[in-house]
Amino acid sequence: MDVFLEAAREAARLLFSGDSYVRDILGLSLRVSGTAVLVGVLIGIPVGVAVGIGRFPGRQLVVALIHTGFALPPVVVGLFVYMLLSREGPAGALELLFTPTAMVLAQALLASPYVAGITLAAVQAVPSDVRLEARALGATRVQALWAHLREARLGLGAAVVAGFGAVLSEVGAVMMVGGNILGETRVMTTAIVLETRRGRYGTALALGLVLLAVAFTVNLILTRLQQGRQAAVWSTAGVERPWA
Amino acid sequence: MGVMATPAPAPARADRPPLAPSQPLLRAESLQRRYGGRAVIDVAELEVAAGEVLAILGPNGAGKSTLFRLLLLIEKPDAGRILFEGRAVQPGDRAVSRRLAGVFQRPHLFTGSVRENVGYGLRVRGVSRPERARRVADALAWLGLEAHAGAPVHALSGGEAQRVALARALALEPELLLLDEPTANLDITVRRRFREDLERLARTHARAAILITHDPGDAFALADRIAVLHEGRIVQVGAPDELVLHPATPFVAAFTGAELLLDGSVSGKEDGLVLVELKGGTRLVVAEAAQGGVALGARVHVAYRPEDVLLAAADAAETSAQNRFLLRVTALNPAGGLVRVRLQGDATSLAAGVALTALVTRRGADTLGLAPGRDVLAQLKATALRAFAAPR
Repeated sequence: MDVFLEAAREAARLLFSGDSYVRDILGLSLRVSGTAVLVGVLIGIPVGVAVGIGRFPGRQLVVALIHTGFALPPVVVGLFVYMLLSREGPAGALELLFTPTAMVLAQALLASPYVAGITLAAVQAVPSDVRLEARALGATRVQALWAHLREARLGLGAAVVAGFGAVLSEVGAVMMVGGNILGETRVMTTAIVLETRRGRYGTALALGLVLLAVAFTVNLILTRLQQGRQAAVWSTAGVERPWA
Repeated sequence: MGVMATPAPAPARADRPPLAPSQPLLRAESLQRRYGGRAVIDVAELEVAAGEVLAILGPNGAGKSTLFRLLLLIEKPDAGRILFEGRAVQPGDRAVSRRLAGVFQRPHLFTGSVRENVGYGLRVRGVSRPERARRVADALAWLGLEAHAGAPVHALSGGEAQRVALARALALEPELLLLDEPTANLDITVRRRFREDLERLARTHARAAILITHDPGDAFALADRIAVLHEGRIVQVGAPDELVLHPATPFVAAFTGAELLLDGSVSGKEDGLVLVELKGGTRLVVAEAAQGGVALGARVHVAYRPEDVLLAAADAAETSAQNRFLLRVTALNPAGGLVRVRLQGDATSLAAGVALTALVTRRGADTLGLAPGRDVLAQLKATALRAFAAPR
């Protein structure tokens, strides 16, 4: 048990002393994953909305692809981005391999299907009559679409948070395309791997606790959004609740 | 529930162009909508005039909701056209769309407060915030919803939600208000209140209204004219009295509360009256035949309304009714304050093969001592009967 006690003591010291090593790594993690989710949102939300609302040939296939994306192994995405950015790769001239930009690119690829898939479910959960009804009150097509998205807003929020949670905790892709370079591309997950190998369990545990705390916060927000979502769904059934 | 709000007077709308007296506000011509090759709507002609409440009455599956979306200009017809103030209009014509407002059968209230919902149509029209606040407050007052203005919509009961949906449409003071089954999901007490709200408001805050319903009660209570929709076609348009007194088809008769005597044939005509012989040999004197009459020997159905059947003791003296049958009571079914009396003639009696339903008051049923097995004299005036050529 000593190894755990020792590690916990070291972790507490690092966390409460405001150690710059942990702080910098946490900062980079949030920056890389945050940017990746932003890109994922810019891709995933329009795709999710189009697939969720639109009717076009091949739609089923796109839905299946998006859902496959949920199970996309980070190392496979890492491999793909690595090959893309490697010196012999099609984007090798950009010299982006082992930079935060490469990490953002890889994580954005991981986040997009998450965001698209949850967006898709969220917009489909809103009855399509909402748009007709908005039109019946004089809304233009765009205004009616907006009304629809507004009804799905909690689900859209959940899509963003879930996407963030997914990329923040992955290690395979950032390790491969970032290279875990101290001060440049070392993020929490890659640091935990490294510190564990070095036998510095305290540092690894401190990073792990921070990661857990962030994950917990993310899930707390998700749960709150989902609870709120239930309330929103009830409101649409207002006319069918005889007991209310 | 608070005290009913006094209806505010309708503000004058200066932007409404005058209509020529003969010009309908909205007119549909040869309107067709097909789903999967089947014509769901095939309406040759339908008009609503300014100042009028038109009900479109039909059973489930008649195409009512499709017609609602077509007339509301949110669905494109496969053929035909819709004219607004004499001008052909298309879905997506924003200038015209914005003069209409629709209330759906199961209105979806947008997440947010009652006030935000009622203001939605005004907001998408870009109405300024102060003007919007004023008109929302007015609309809430019309429906007695002031106390709920800030309430989130998910806290509302079914009746309240429906009234918010109505307020949301009325706040626009539309030229044409379209309502799809507005009372279908309400329980009976709430329905009565909602019907009263509609009756009071549809004429004052909209220039004309189209009420789509499967409920003859709604149509008769609210409409100036009723168009009966059956399998996608308008089978009759007329004032409520006209539908009751002169139904054009057996369907209209039955749908508006009449009962049918089936399988008769025309055995003679005299003095403008039609003689119909029913299967069992019983003869009826009928004053009117639908749509230009029926030929001698033609197979017909005869419609009557249960409330027109007069019952008397079996040994009652002569009356003026041309049709008198001695019948046996087979069942009594209470229907609110009234009783439906099922009557059947047996083979040995005067009226073999006749089965009638009479609607009498409970007091009347008591006085006559009606009970299953008792014989009574049922009387129907010739003018209460109407013959239709039987569908082939």
